[in-house]
Amino acid sequence: MVQETMANSLHGVPINAYLTLSAVLFSIGVLGVLYRRNIIVIFMCIELMLNAVNLLLAAFGAFRGDSNGQVFVFFIMAVAAAEVAVGLAILVMIYRNTRSTDIDSLGKLKW
Amino acid sequence: MTLYIFYFLSFLAVLSAFMVVYSKNPVHSVLYLIITFFSIAGHYILLNAQFLAAVHVIVYAGAIMVLFLYVIMMLNLNKDTEAQKSNYLKLAATVAGGIFMIVFIGSLKGVEKIENLSAANQSAGLIKNLGQVLYKDYMLPFEMASILFLSAMVGAVMLGKNELK
Repeated sequence: MVQETMANSLHGVPINAYLTLSAVLFSIGVLGVLYRRNIIVIFMCIELMLNAVNLLLAAFGAFRGDSNGQVFVFFIMAVAAAEVAVGLAILVMIYRNTRSTDIDSLGKLKW
Repeated sequence: MTLYIFYFLSFLAVLSAFMVVYSKNPVHSVLYLIITFFSIAGHYILLNAQFLAAVHVIVYAGAIMVLFLYVIMMLNLNKDTEAQKSNYLKLAATVAGGIFMIVFIGSLKGVEKIENLSAANQSAGLIKNLGQVLYKDYMLPFEMASILFLSAMVGAVMLGKNELK
């Protein structure tokens, strides 16, 4: 019985707890993207969603005793760093052109 | 014991994630996001992924958040008077986010059957094993990441230029 409960948990933390935590963090990221108008805060919420997914990937990797999951998290971090660099450069360009960080000032493509 | 640390870190992460969304000042949002990232690093340590925790702190708290703070400082956004959505839209966003969370958590029911294949393999997250996997199985993606960084660097510099000829 002890073996059985140990099979579904790492140090006594069940995988479901990590699933729920990641789902909640991801949902908060979605909420932030919907809730705020400041582009920088929206960008930070996207980072939050990326981190929720990373955490879940690392959790699954650790539960399976597999290094591949952690290597993938490493690569996702690399891509996220590149994305942030380019994204913030675009954001600065937007600010130079519109003099605001309001997402609603970018409605030119809206029909 | 570990379970209590897990609950504490989770509580800290979720609370500061909420504060990222709800704080008026963007600088406060960045600082709360740093707290979230540190608690996620704590989760990585709980998962025996020490290398990942170190990389996470260095890359996110050390590089990315400094970049965010720098941009906020450069654009001089350190004030509470930014445009907010109307209360109606805020309510709609909160309801949509809450429903999304309920659907998400509900769809994850029944995953308790996941088997822990090798509970004895606690050393998967150590640098030695991770380096073996990274430089043997993932050699090509590792080198591709350097090209990605180079192109990102060139792109950021080109975008940041004042006038393109």
